[in-house]
Amino acid sequence: MIQVQELFFSYRNGEPVLQDINFSVAKGQCTAVLGNNGAGKSTLIKCLNRILQPQEGIVYVNGENILQLKRNDVAKSLAYVAQHNEGVRFTVFDTVLLGRKPYIKFEPTDEDFRLVESVIKRMKLEDFALRYIDELSGGELQKVMLARALAQQPQVLLLDEPTSNLDLRNQYEVLEIVREIAKTEQISVVLIIHDLNLALRYCDKFLLLKNNRIFCYGGIEVMTPENITEIYEIPVTVQEINGVKVVVPFT
Amino acid sequence: MKHPTTYKGYIRSKKLFILLMGVAVTLIALWAISAGSAGLSLQEVIATLFGYGNKQSAIIIFNHRLPRVVTAIVAGIGLATVGCAMQSLLKNPLASASTLGIAQGAAFGASFAIIVLGAGFQNQTLDGITIINPYIISICAFVSSILSTLIILGLSYFRRVTPESMILAGVALSSMFAGATTLMQYFAEDVKVAAVVFWTFGDLGRTGWNEIIIMLVVVVAAFIYYAFNRWNFNALQSGEETAKGLGVNVTGFRLAGMLIGSLTASTIVSFIGIVNFIGLIAPHLVRRIIGNDYRYLLPAAALMGALLMVASDTAARLVVAPIILPIGAITSFLGAPLFLYMVFKGIGGRK
Repeated sequence: MIQVQELFFSYRNGEPVLQDINFSVAKGQCTAVLGNNGAGKSTLIKCLNRILQPQEGIVYVNGENILQLKRNDVAKSLAYVAQHNEGVRFTVFDTVLLGRKPYIKFEPTDEDFRLVESVIKRMKLEDFALRYIDELSGGELQKVMLARALAQQPQVLLLDEPTSNLDLRNQYEVLEIVREIAKTEQISVVLIIHDLNLALRYCDKFLLLKNNRIFCYGGIEVMTPENITEIYEIPVTVQEINGVKVVVPFT
Repeated sequence: MKHPTTYKGYIRSKKLFILLMGVAVTLIALWAISAGSAGLSLQEVIATLFGYGNKQSAIIIFNHRLPRVVTAIVAGIGLATVGCAMQSLLKNPLASASTLGIAQGAAFGASFAIIVLGAGFQNQTLDGITIINPYIISICAFVSSILSTLIILGLSYFRRVTPESMILAGVALSSMFAGATTLMQYFAEDVKVAAVVFWTFGDLGRTGWNEIIIMLVVVVAAFIYYAFNRWNFNALQSGEETAKGLGVNVTGFRLAGMLIGSLTASTIVSFIGIVNFIGLIAPHLVRRIIGNDYRYLLPAAALMGALLMVASDTAARLVVAPIILPIGAITSFLGAPLFLYMVFKGIGGRK
């Protein structure tokens, strides 16, 4: 459960990048953050776990104000997966183990190792465990990053464009995993996504950002052609094909 | 390295590599103590080190050879550890004491001490350099070498500065110090210029046990600090934002890590003069074999630094004995081809 109240962020002496941000995501729910480039999507999710420090506002995760916690304690509640992940020369196992960093005092305990092994198994990465991540494909790398985030045992998962570098099959596979994890582990997921059709399929809630504010926030009912047209400034229609809602732009 | 099948096996092979490095350093150190004009056998060296040797070999070893070798080991460990840490902190493979203005700063400080404060000159007979007050030179070198880092860190504290611009600032300050040194030399008497040039060559024979103990304390403290933060280094390699997401206070860690690194490198350089390249290549040499995991990379790089330093110094002593070649020249001269070979051969790198 994450609750955001009156969040405000601006860069030094700059124009506000985010203002009047209020929303909450329940346990097990997946929220898509939508909007044009430059609307403040990445800034928003980076404010939630204080990669960027918002000037005003409150972010509650299970009743605690994240903005007043120590960074290490924030990392125990919220996990973040960046848009671009550099393939460094680390094994998959060591990368996932890094997710235990907020909990490791000096050396990882047996419990840490057990958890890492179970996360690797769950993400079906056993065969890669000792491969270097700079040798993996985009889809495999994304799964490793998710596994690392899961090893943090977070209550909230923040994903910045988790499907941006993936092929069609991997896009569906990764989002399927994300949704499944959210449901079974009761994690709140906030993810940025550009593909509206993927968002419609896998997300429960939709947060539409425009001009540094929330334009609207709600369930599938907010994904109307009017709202989407307003956000992306391109006329669209929303159709249903075989029971699946799809957004079709016309130019 | 072979591909082990379990994570435990994988870790074990890394520990084994570090152990082998440790053995290699010990062996080469013993050889370095025994090698030289007054020939000592390995047995004599070991016997003397454990207190069973004769008086003459005890004098040679404890007053001349051992301080030299210990200096090489401590300085090698220090420079390599600092290089290894800075490469991660600034996310730049070129980061090291010599690219951040520390070496040039030290040279400037030493020149100032010798030329302006008159701390040393070349003898009339041209057969040697007289250093009147080595401490003045060390202190000046230390102060001015730490100065460049303080300027860089100060800038990055008050204004948002990316790691790349920190390196660029270091390069700029290096050239400023180099220019200032040249100007000072241009107007100085030639006997003093000779003393400055001699100082900057780098020499491991200058240090007595007092200096060694100061260096040792600083190097050990820095190593402990870095080792304590090994998980932060690992997190930092996955990118600044990811590291923050994993609970690393990136800005604070970077400032503290850079400050400690510069203090350590400045201490070493102000005692032994300028020895380039060790801090840069030692981490890269082992990185290719042991990977980027700082839990193992830090000790392995430290030992590699010690190994390279002892080997270079012994080579410097033996090649045209009894003349001792400048160590700084040897490390660059021998290190660069070795480094090039590894880069192009891709040993342990991507297949």
